[in-house]
Amino acid sequence: MSSSIKKMAEKVTLLSFWPSMFCVFALEEKGLSYEYREDLPNKTPLLTEMNSIHKKIPILIHNGKPICESLIIVEYIDDVWSDRAQLLPSDPYEKAQARFWADFVDKKVYGAGGKITWHRYKHEAAEGKKELIENLKVLEGVLGDKSYFGGETFGYLDIALLGFYMWFPAYETFGSFSIEAECPKLIAWGRRCSQRESVSKCLAEPNKMVDVVVRFRRMFGLK
Amino acid sequence: MAEELKLFRTWSSRYSLRVVNALKIKGLEYETILEDLQNKSASLLEYNPTHKKVPVLVHNGKPICESLLILEYIDETWKQHPLLPQDPYLKAMARFWAKFGDDKVLPSIWSVFISQGQEQEEAIALAAGNLKFLEELLKGKKFFGGETIGYLDLAFGWMANLISILEEIVDLKLVDRKIFPLLSEWMNSFSDDPVIKECWPPRNKMVEKFKAMREPYLKELHETEVMQFSLSS
Repeated sequence: MSSSIKKMAEKVTLLSFWPSMFCVFALEEKGLSYEYREDLPNKTPLLTEMNSIHKKIPILIHNGKPICESLIIVEYIDDVWSDRAQLLPSDPYEKAQARFWADFVDKKVYGAGGKITWHRYKHEAAEGKKELIENLKVLEGVLGDKSYFGGETFGYLDIALLGFYMWFPAYETFGSFSIEAECPKLIAWGRRCSQRESVSKCLAEPNKMVDVVVRFRRMFGLK
Repeated sequence: MAEELKLFRTWSSRYSLRVVNALKIKGLEYETILEDLQNKSASLLEYNPTHKKVPVLVHNGKPICESLLILEYIDETWKQHPLLPQDPYLKAMARFWAKFGDDKVLPSIWSVFISQGQEQEEAIALAAGNLKFLEELLKGKKFFGGETIGYLDLAFGWMANLISILEEIVDLKLVDRKIFPLLSEWMNSFSDDPVIKECWPPRNKMVEKFKAMREPYLKELHETEVMQFSLSS
């Protein structure tokens, strides 16, 4: 009891930009109090000081110590606040599987999605769309008939993909396709997750994501 | 119950070596399946259908893929000689730097190896910048893990073996003892460790392999130079 009170008194700050939601989902699931500070694209001195290596968000600052990289932050949150809402499985093999697929999401979904939203030429978007559908179908297979990737409980791998689920409207708009038509189970999973209190308070409206992409494309000089 | 451990790897894969080292440190017995990446076995494809790569550790019939994830799995399953720190912050830092090594350090050193001229000068500057972070990390420590070899040493281990090989082939000093005294010392300490030493792939074979990998890039450059020469004359 006293150790959880001590933990609640600790200072937790998340430096992020609202489209990057991974860490917020984790903090909300754990029911933690934290300060949320928006950054990017105007990089503040705090960001530069805390992440001198990459100068990238998100950064979690816990009692003055910075932790970077979304999935590393999520695991850190799970390690420190291990007394509640466990995000990673206890079993080492199940844990390894969750990490493997989160890494797959990070490399494959992020990469393919990026080709769609940031394409310069139409064929790049088409390539991205093909890759994305392939990769999402693999993930649909991993989900199977489970409610969540974590089984009956929402966890690490759900968070890893949920961060990209928010971008689906943007992928669909710029790739001209329906993800639901290709991966209905995955969309059902996304909707199920969206109903969780921790998620519903943070999830952006679909149009907002599309607007962000439009705005950034203009900034990068893409038509 | 008797544990069954199998490791699918190649003779030279730096990622596989991480796992070999970890298994040795933990004192674990296992069967090695040496793969030819031009002709992958049905078993490898069955155990790693997603990426079709080595290393794959199979523990009692269950496969674990991706070398850094395998290290974590080994550490969580066998508690002797811990590889990762217990403290969540230090653990997060170790993971961060391991990722930095794979995402930034390795590609920047590879760029130095395959480029020439002005491009190589720029690549050297980038690689040196990355290596400076590692030099900083070693302040006050013998190994990245502290007094003994740990997860991060195994993650960076490829440097202690491969860098001198690449330096020999391109005739360049990347990790100069004067500029990177701690990193140079670490490379020696790591390589001299009896567990690590035993597992190094044969150096002459490695030199041969990497010379061959560099060839296409040299040929490309030569063709560009020939074209530029004929355009200007």
